[in-house]
Amino acid sequence: MTSLYEEVSVTPVDVPVRRVTITVNGQRRAADIEPRLLLAHLLRQGFGLTGTHTGCDTTNCGACTVLFDGRPVKSCTMLAVQADGHSVETVEGLASASELHPIQEGFKEEHGLQCGYCTPGMMMAAKALLEENPDPSEDEIRWALSGNLCRCTGYQNIVKAVMWAADKMRASAG
Amino acid sequence: MTIDEIKIGGMGASRRRVEDNRFIRGRGNYVDDVVLPGMLHMEILRSPLAHARIRSIDASKAWEIPGVRLVLTGDMMATRNLAWMPTLSYDTQAVLATDKVRFQGQEVAAVIADDPYIAKDACEAIVVDYEPLPVIVNPMQAMADSAPLIRDDKENQPDNKVFDWEVGDREATERAFAEADVVSKLELHYPRSHPSPLEPCGSIADFDRSTGKLTVYMTTQAPHIIRAAVALVAELPEHMIRIISPDLGGGFGNKVPVYPGYVISILASILTERPVKWIEDKTGNLISTGFGRDVYLQGEMALRKDGRILGVRMHTISDHGAFFSDAQPSKFKIGLMHSAFACYDIPSAHLTATGMYTNKAPGGVAYRCSFRVTEAMFFQERMVQAAADDLGMDQAEFRRVNFVRDDDFPHRTAFGFLTDSGQYGKCLDVGLEAIGYEQFLKDQEEARKKGRLLGIGISTMTEPLGAGNSREYDILGIKMFDSAELRVHMTGKAILRTGAKTQGQGHETTWAQIVAHELGIPADDIVVEEGDTDTAPFGMGTYASRSTPVAGAAVAMVSRKIRAKARKIAAHLLEVSEEDVEWELGRFYVRSQPDRGVTIQDCSMAAYSNVPDGMEPGLENTAYYDPPNLTWPFACYIATVEVDPVTGVWDVLRMVAVDDCGVRINPMIVEGQIMGGLTEAYAMASMQFITFDADGNCVGSNYMDYLLPTAWETPGFELHEVVTPCPHHPIGAKGIGECATVGGPAAFVNAVMDAVKHLGVRNVDMPMLPDRVHQAVTTGSDVSGMPPVRTDAP
Repeated sequence: MTSLYEEVSVTPVDVPVRRVTITVNGQRRAADIEPRLLLAHLLRQGFGLTGTHTGCDTTNCGACTVLFDGRPVKSCTMLAVQADGHSVETVEGLASASELHPIQEGFKEEHGLQCGYCTPGMMMAAKALLEENPDPSEDEIRWALSGNLCRCTGYQNIVKAVMWAADKMRASAG
Repeated sequence: MTIDEIKIGGMGASRRRVEDNRFIRGRGNYVDDVVLPGMLHMEILRSPLAHARIRSIDASKAWEIPGVRLVLTGDMMATRNLAWMPTLSYDTQAVLATDKVRFQGQEVAAVIADDPYIAKDACEAIVVDYEPLPVIVNPMQAMADSAPLIRDDKENQPDNKVFDWEVGDREATERAFAEADVVSKLELHYPRSHPSPLEPCGSIADFDRSTGKLTVYMTTQAPHIIRAAVALVAELPEHMIRIISPDLGGGFGNKVPVYPGYVISILASILTERPVKWIEDKTGNLISTGFGRDVYLQGEMALRKDGRILGVRMHTISDHGAFFSDAQPSKFKIGLMHSAFACYDIPSAHLTATGMYTNKAPGGVAYRCSFRVTEAMFFQERMVQAAADDLGMDQAEFRRVNFVRDDDFPHRTAFGFLTDSGQYGKCLDVGLEAIGYEQFLKDQEEARKKGRLLGIGISTMTEPLGAGNSREYDILGIKMFDSAELRVHMTGKAILRTGAKTQGQGHETTWAQIVAHELGIPADDIVVEEGDTDTAPFGMGTYASRSTPVAGAAVAMVSRKIRAKARKIAAHLLEVSEEDVEWELGRFYVRSQPDRGVTIQDCSMAAYSNVPDGMEPGLENTAYYDPPNLTWPFACYIATVEVDPVTGVWDVLRMVAVDDCGVRINPMIVEGQIMGGLTEAYAMASMQFITFDADGNCVGSNYMDYLLPTAWETPGFELHEVVTPCPHHPIGAKGIGECATVGGPAAFVNAVMDAVKHLGVRNVDMPMLPDRVHQAVTTGSDVSGMPPVRTDAP
């Protein structure tokens, strides 16, 4: 199997590498990586999934939030080797080929984004919330997203976007 | 069959954003997402000390690390005459330090390697021998006779002063104070803050030796200014420089200046002949790039007993850090600080300003504001509240008495600006009604009897947005106009490019709405592009809320040029003279026969297939717009708070915003801008500041120390509007992106002060952290935000 990470970054020969296999957005992917490589960097540079952004490097901003076995984690503070054998879902896995996820629709409908940098992480955190709590209150949404910073919107429309998505998901669930 | 403008996404439509389609799919294209073949990675080594002489730099161990391609130091930059670069304020700034480091985080060396991890390792292998020097952390310290000279690199720089500046009428103001019944005084500090877009700064320089062309992907709000600066600094021909600003993860003024990292990556690409990517980490961004504010403001107001303001005197002392690299119009040393009090009818005013160098990061960017107007309006509204209190007057009534009246426009302010429109009293009324002012005052009285501290704070202001007319506004001599180019294709679809650069404001959506309004072409048929200097017309970029006032006006004007040509084509198609042709949205028709007409799409088709004899084919044009004046939006922000006397924590009960930004192109986007601005206002009032210890260590160098509000702390906002069209803007619009950041902080601070003023407190400097408020409540005295100064230093 080819080394995905080495396709984009020439690692010096004397650096030890570890083979990891991770299910990313439902697809099994393998890579030979330096053990110190961060998950966010493997996703971005190794797998080319640049929708996961890095903002702060200190687990504060949440721009790099992905779902790890369904739970939101900040991929800038997790080693890629820790994800070996696990499943990771990124923003690129939200939409199907033909339609957007209700959370994506909600963010567009309610103007829940401006520069778009925090948006993928926000949406992944929102997805985790709605899977646990399909009918959250405003306070519950604000609390669930409090690990994700946004500098543009003031959050009010993000809250509305999540409510919009929750309504639609509940309606389609019947 | 009149076209419904809202249906085609024209003016006034809350059109959903075009750019969202890629952002919600994770398909944005930010600088760090760009990957070029053979790309190397750069990391910068920064100074751990705020002021130190560099004895030596030993990079030999870094060179030995496999994968390292290049290590650059100041001496090597100097051989290319690139160790120093000019700033946007006619100063110089070190690219890589040669002699001294002058602030913590200053760029000392750079490593270019195959992989960013290797580059980081190699930075740690560089040994720098520093000789520590005494550190200056605030401008008052910098003024002392014994203060060490920070800029000993400069000739004719005997002290740490950057400038002395003065504006207004000193004598008239002195006369006003001599006649005053009451003189009210106030001193405060607007703390240093950082715009902190989530995306840090970065660049990818790609020099192609075979063509001699330099392409740079860069996080810049002003790509054309950067192209000019690179041409001057790197001495490359301007036509061989292409700056591409792709999607930006926010800007807020932080991405206007030229940063050393950009310059180093360019030289590194020239030397290695490979693309070189530099992506700053968050700490690098917070400790070295353009900050906002950091101004000490003192002032006094001459008042008549009946509440009229007779005159205002202001003095500012600003901290510019180690290099004067404020991004602002060259004529105004302390930006548009003198726009203070513009909404009040004040006969005289005088401002003196002193700028000082300190051992702190350079910058002084317009952090979500039009060049220091944030500080100006904050001081204004804090001063107004203090004056109303001193007179024993109701704070709303005091404002009303002194507002410029609706029939007084155009109005020349005491500092010489010309305001042109507004309904200040109406905005205030809408705000007071929305918050329930009279009832709140009663509730406040009742609550106080029970020991609860409620407060209400008002902030009303008009601010100058949209620099600017070429008589007065330039950056490095380049006049602050802007531009738009519109190409209408044969089938009536179009591409629009402007010299602005969106960073989340939604230009791709709103510019198309202006074209739709002017031409009747559906907004969905128009694609908008910005940020590539090879394709976009020259413009000064996006900051200071100038896009809609300047570039947006250019979009309207270029559309009108297109319509004028289309009218000639329509006359030809309809076989009548041009004078007999009438226009309605999207269609020309014969005046005497309204049924006989051609659509704008018919005209675009004819422009490429059936032009009249003697006419140039095609339907394209460019407009450069030099605005006759700034635009003057007005805002009234009212906050109510409750202060907990035990903990010093204050909660926002309600926040009402009334904005008059003239005609709204896309109401949804305008409201998004206002809510974002209010959040930054709340942030500055409550938690967000960069400070320094006595040794010049930055406190606030990461998001654990530099607090930004989350969804949990951020209050809800209630928005209202009043519309007074701008008289000189082609579509009646005014700037809006920054109003709430500018006017908002005073509403929060005034509210907290209103809650505690009966205890004898007049001022608590921002941010109003719980410990500061607690100290004020328990001691009944003011709390200063002045950073600590070492007294034990030799």
